[in-house]
Amino acid sequence: MRRKITVFLIIAICFLLQSTLFQIWSFASISPNLLIVVTSSFGFMRGRREGMWIGFFCGLLLDIFFGEAIGLYALIYMYIGYLNGMFRKRFFPEEIKLPLILISASDLAYNLLCYLLFFFLRRRFQFGYYFLHIILPELVYTILVTVFLYYIILKVNQKLEVIERRSAGKFV
Amino acid sequence: MKVKRKSKFHIPTRYILLGLTCLCVAAMFLTLALKLPMGPLNTVAGYVFVPMQRGINTAAGWVSDKADNLKSLKSVQEENAQLQKQVAELQTQLGTMKLEQTELDTLRALWQLDQKYPGYEKVGARVISKGSGNWFSTFLIDKGSDDGIEKDMNVIADSGLVGIVVDVGPNYAKVRSVIDDASNVSGMTLTTQDYCVVNGNLISMNESRVIEFTDLKCEEGTVIEVGEQIVTSNISDKYLQGILVGYIQTIEPDSNHLTSSGTLTPAVDFAHLEEVLVILEKKQVVAE
Repeated sequence: MRRKITVFLIIAICFLLQSTLFQIWSFASISPNLLIVVTSSFGFMRGRREGMWIGFFCGLLLDIFFGEAIGLYALIYMYIGYLNGMFRKRFFPEEIKLPLILISASDLAYNLLCYLLFFFLRRRFQFGYYFLHIILPELVYTILVTVFLYYIILKVNQKLEVIERRSAGKFV
Repeated sequence: MKVKRKSKFHIPTRYILLGLTCLCVAAMFLTLALKLPMGPLNTVAGYVFVPMQRGINTAAGWVSDKADNLKSLKSVQEENAQLQKQVAELQTQLGTMKLEQTELDTLRALWQLDQKYPGYEKVGARVISKGSGNWFSTFLIDKGSDDGIEKDMNVIADSGLVGIVVDVGPNYAKVRSVIDDASNVSGMTLTTQDYCVVNGNLISMNESRVIEFTDLKCEEGTVIEVGEQIVTSNISDKYLQGILVGYIQTIEPDSNHLTSSGTLTPAVDFAHLEEVLVILEKKQVVAE
């Protein structure tokens, strides 16, 4: 329960920041994708199941406020969380390389999918332009934010795990 | 105990993933194909997130306002001197304009044209959050169905067209702006009343702050010049007639020699959009 509330708060804060503050602080009208960072990092920190659920709710939130149809972003984010969960065994908290690679790959995959679904299918074929001016800047900005946000999520998760282990120990 | 009970009813993650996938696809089908309203979800999400977005936006706006104030003080002083000169010039112009205005008024009365663009009832709203993600130009405003806003209502600002309401919750509404890549508006030139289609375009908007128009059909001999105003057309089924969309920036004839296309500068400054007006009147379309 404690974990659910905390995770909900993290998602809510990131969603709010992403849709308000980071739109004001955007560089060249590009803003970072915080929800991908949340989905991806909980995925490889906590495994497929949790990554999947968190991705699902992040996507659902986007669907409700900004989506065309309920379920599309939920689907994309859910699979991103699930796939990130497969790397749980290779994850060590001390190392930053794997998280950075996974989060970048997630953001890249998400934006490529967005391009395919929303632009390629509407006959906007100038992929080079979209890659250089939308996908790449968002990737760079997201990585910059990741450096801070990832550590916050990591610390929160570690604290939660300590508390959970303590209370589990009481019952056994 | 908790741990034990969980392991008893353990469903493999694969199956949950499959289930959720089906759920998402079904939801997509329901909302897209059957146009099922997503009312309850909108309501819950609206009451949780909209107040917070409003708060953050007000606070952030205040801070950036203060920063801007300091920055702009010097430029304002310079501008003031310039403007003083301009005032003198304009006042002389105003005299002649007034004469022309009275003449126009009498002519209009004669032609009974004064009822052409009736004053629509409008409601003001604040932009509380911009569409997250960099692909689209949608945003949320802080008025919703509780304030009488409905889907397909037109949104304007600075007397130019901003966009159209595409989704409403109880206390918020989602607006798709005319610069959005997926936006299409039926427009016409103001003086010659030739129809065209105005498309938002992410690339041209990013590169030079303009959007596209295509299929401008004009009769042979008429010349449409740069700077011509494009307004919403009378044949549009969602946009009210005669709202200014933008000014033609470039225009060239298409290869078929029948239509022309080009770019236009939007009438609204989308980079600094804070307050908008929603017209509480929808275009009346005869049901077929």
